Amino acid sequence: MKIEGKRAIWSEYQKEIADDRYFYVRSCIRQNFFPGSEVAFLRIMREELGKDVYEHPCHTTCSGIGYHGDVVPVETAMTVVARQFALMTEAGYKNYVPSCITSFGLYTEILETWHHFPEVEGKVRKQLKKATGREFEIPENLAHASDVIYKFRKEIGAKAKYKLVNKNTGEPLKVVDHIGCHYSKMFPLKGVGGAEYPYVLAGMIEEWGGQVIDYPERRHCCGFGFRQYLVQANRGFSIACSKQKFESMQPYKPDMIITNCPGCPMFLDRWQYVINEMEGKTYGCNGEGIPVFTYEEVAGLVLGYDPWDLGLQMHQIDCEPLLEKIGYEYDPEKKYEINGTVTKINSHSLLNI
Amino acid sequence: MSNFGFTISKARIIDYDANDRSIAEYIAEHEPSFRVCIECGCCSATCTTGNFTRFSLRELQIFLKRGENELVRDNIGKCMLCGKCILVCPRGVNTRNVVTLAREAFNKKVKNAV
Repeated sequence: MKIEGKRAIWSEYQKEIADDRYFYVRSCIRQNFFPGSEVAFLRIMREELGKDVYEHPCHTTCSGIGYHGDVVPVETAMTVVARQFALMTEAGYKNYVPSCITSFGLYTEILETWHHFPEVEGKVRKQLKKATGREFEIPENLAHASDVIYKFRKEIGAKAKYKLVNKNTGEPLKVVDHIGCHYSKMFPLKGVGGAEYPYVLAGMIEEWGGQVIDYPERRHCCGFGFRQYLVQANRGFSIACSKQKFESMQPYKPDMIITNCPGCPMFLDRWQYVINEMEGKTYGCNGEGIPVFTYEEVAGLVLGYDPWDLGLQMHQIDCEPLLEKIGYEYDPEKKYEINGTVTKINSHSLLNI
Repeated sequence: MSNFGFTISKARIIDYDANDRSIAEYIAEHEPSFRVCIECGCCSATCTTGNFTRFSLRELQIFLKRGENELVRDNIGKCMLCGKCILVCPRGVNTRNVVTLAREAFNKKVKNAV
């Protein structure tokens, strides 16, 4: 086996990720789906790694969700994105870190477009100046937040209070990694491992003690697909995608799923409940679902954060069986505690809204 | 079951491992020209039956080759065996014989008979 040749090829699948001074932009939908994740990212970056991460209060949507939902034209999306870059420039930062995979894909797409068609960039600059009076510089480094965690996975691993290991058997947990489609399927060179060998999450899993499961539908979309989900009548296609993935991964008996996209954990999590309601099927062991986490939540768990501070109570599939497997110390009574008051959520009332 | 306003769509994957291609193999064995069809659709375009019903010989040949025989079994009887499709076929497929052999295979219950 020619290891050197393999290393040379693998080096082509790497990307440059900045060391410090990040301009962090949040996702529109993650704060509703799993609000603890972005808070956990900031806590890890600032408190654990001592990095400079700046958030601008005037940041808005990147409009990617509207662009991929066919309601926002690309010229509009470009001008909105140009405004975000202007905020970064005004704040004195050069390393742009979006929390959302679709934002990352849209930023990449726009930067590539401007690279090949400078006249489009010029037009957008004029539009932005005319509309807001702002000017912007192109980011020196564009990395998704999962890239940043991937870069510092060893530092996080060195501070780990828990490993992704089954406490009772001593075996590594079997972990399914799911990469958002807009991370590297559109521009493979912009993602760690490209579209063929996605490694951004696998690297974290291996570093933190887990075992990555390579199953047939590993690269299949989670089913969000924007238009598939946004129109209710089309949601059958969305859930069919998730079902295909679950059926493909089930024989490998995964302990958990880890994702790096806003939509994927939402759909892989909620669709398990819907499939169970429709067909009575579950895909985890002992008739339970497979818990789904974001990479920030997993990093937070590894660092020993309170699971309820990480927002794990927001998940449809209970995380407690997994926490028991790891041997996590936590207080189950505080699951629904807000400011010292326990709030019980009635699932039936949620369904009837 | 809760009403979510949608159902889980059936996958449209062609599973060649699960499908039964024995009918197609039977036809190809007795009428080798069946293999050279390029699915251009001239047969369907000229078909009188196809003009008045949902019958499409092109579609049925594709389904036969995939091993999705159910639709073929339900529709193959509609052909009047007039032979106009043979006259227009650019590949010289004996389409009438294909239809005849398909009926024969279903009648003989070749392996699966759906």
